[in-house]
Amino acid sequence: MIDKFEKLSLYLQFSFVQYALIVGVLIAICSSLLGVTLVLKRFSFIGDGLSHVAFGAMAIAAVVGLTNDMPLILAVTTASAILLLRTGQNTKIKGDAAVAMISVGALAIGYLLMNVFSKSSNVSGDVCSTLFGSVSILTLTVTEVWLSVILSAVVFIVFILFYNKIFSVTFDENFAKATGVKTGLYNLLIAVVIAVIIVLAMNLVGSLLISALVIFPALSAMRVFKSFRAVTVCSAVFSVFAAGLGILIAIMFGTPVGSTIVGTDIVGFLIFFLIGTFTKSKA
Amino acid sequence: MALLTCRDLSLGYDGRVIAHGINFSVESGDYLCVVGENGSGKSTLMKTILGLLPPIGGEIVTGDGLKHTEIGYLPQQTEVQKDFPASVWEIVLSGCGNRMGSRPFYNKEDKERARSNIERMRISHLVKRCYRELSGGQQQRVLLARALCATTKLLVLDEPVAGLDPVVTAEMYELIDELNKKDGITVIMISHDIAAALKYADHILHVSGNVFFGTTEEYKNSGEALAFLKGGENK
Repeated sequence: MIDKFEKLSLYLQFSFVQYALIVGVLIAICSSLLGVTLVLKRFSFIGDGLSHVAFGAMAIAAVVGLTNDMPLILAVTTASAILLLRTGQNTKIKGDAAVAMISVGALAIGYLLMNVFSKSSNVSGDVCSTLFGSVSILTLTVTEVWLSVILSAVVFIVFILFYNKIFSVTFDENFAKATGVKTGLYNLLIAVVIAVIIVLAMNLVGSLLISALVIFPALSAMRVFKSFRAVTVCSAVFSVFAAGLGILIAIMFGTPVGSTIVGTDIVGFLIFFLIGTFTKSKA
Repeated sequence: MALLTCRDLSLGYDGRVIAHGINFSVESGDYLCVVGENGSGKSTLMKTILGLLPPIGGEIVTGDGLKHTEIGYLPQQTEVQKDFPASVWEIVLSGCGNRMGSRPFYNKEDKERARSNIERMRISHLVKRCYRELSGGQQQRVLLARALCATTKLLVLDEPVAGLDPVVTAEMYELIDELNKKDGITVIMISHDIAAALKYADHILHVSGNVFFGTTEEYKNSGEALAFLKGGENK
């Protein structure tokens, strides 16, 4: 065990490990902030659907031969987010069905494109690492780190500035609208921010596991805390812990980063679930 | 000038008309009850007054310096709210949203307003409690306090006693009556409870095939009321 820790402290001196930790923690904070809103608005699955769209966009970028695929992925994902959150309210295709449709469709087309057009010799390896994010977090360039830092900062600031409005829109959209809050605008804002987070998080956990980053912290915090603010703060702290711990464990034991983070998220959720049940039965 | 006037209003959504030919006006200090059968368009009328739905025809005019965003709304509870983790304080404070404009945070005045409305609803002891753990009557008081943060003039209540037991229902009616009589807040209330409507309201709007609008006394002697009350007795 001791040499494991020696190994860890040695690894921590490598810049790529430091980058991974920085980006991991930032993404964890951002994804958990909006997770509360998404879970409460019954949009848990939207993260899942959007990440598949991002995967499809990434496949298109790879086929077209773009070296910098970030702008394209961001644009496509944002557009889908807006589309999905809009259809959520009152259209013929219900929200959850629309998400399922777009999600599966994008996943299939992404894989199809990668398979048919890819010049890589190891297609299934490529697909696997995009879906589960096994290595990309450890191969971040300085530019990507800075991009993540800036985007996370923007997400964080937007969330703080609009915190009260986001609360109103989440708790009671009709009341908010009746009292002159521009609910359409804030729903749009939420959609765009989610899309940015998803694209950021793809590097960390891959597109299949992003939902976990969004949902687990929020659900765990909701078991224990009783005010919106406490839930939001707790889920951010929870998420940072789970992501940091997950990355460290992954480095120490050589496990895939994304699934390890989700593993720590699940353990954390179980702990919070037990705490919640215990405190409730006492009260 | 009346506080709120509806002229030849047609209601509905997706281009489908549910009710039409609605004419009424509400003066400051009035207590108006909107009654009618299920599906007659009571809730749609409410949503149109609040600006959540555009009117299909006719117009809604506000007067006496009432802005469209200054209507306090007590909605029916939604699915989402039943397990929403929010404290009473957070919810009541969110009623000040229309005073914020583009300001990102609540100021002292907003907080003072929330506090005084919490006292007014006699729920000060619940301030830190979680909304989802309160009883139905307590939840209604929280939402009413929030509505009062949004308005000083007009309250719009959508079935405020739905799902409450008789004792709490009576308390709720007294509370609303007090707001109307003592504080002079105009009340528009949707109700299924025709007996309470006749007891408390001074005007009645009956939405159905024939729209009736008039004082409670006039309503008691009208054909609509007789038919409606009879229908109620037969049930």
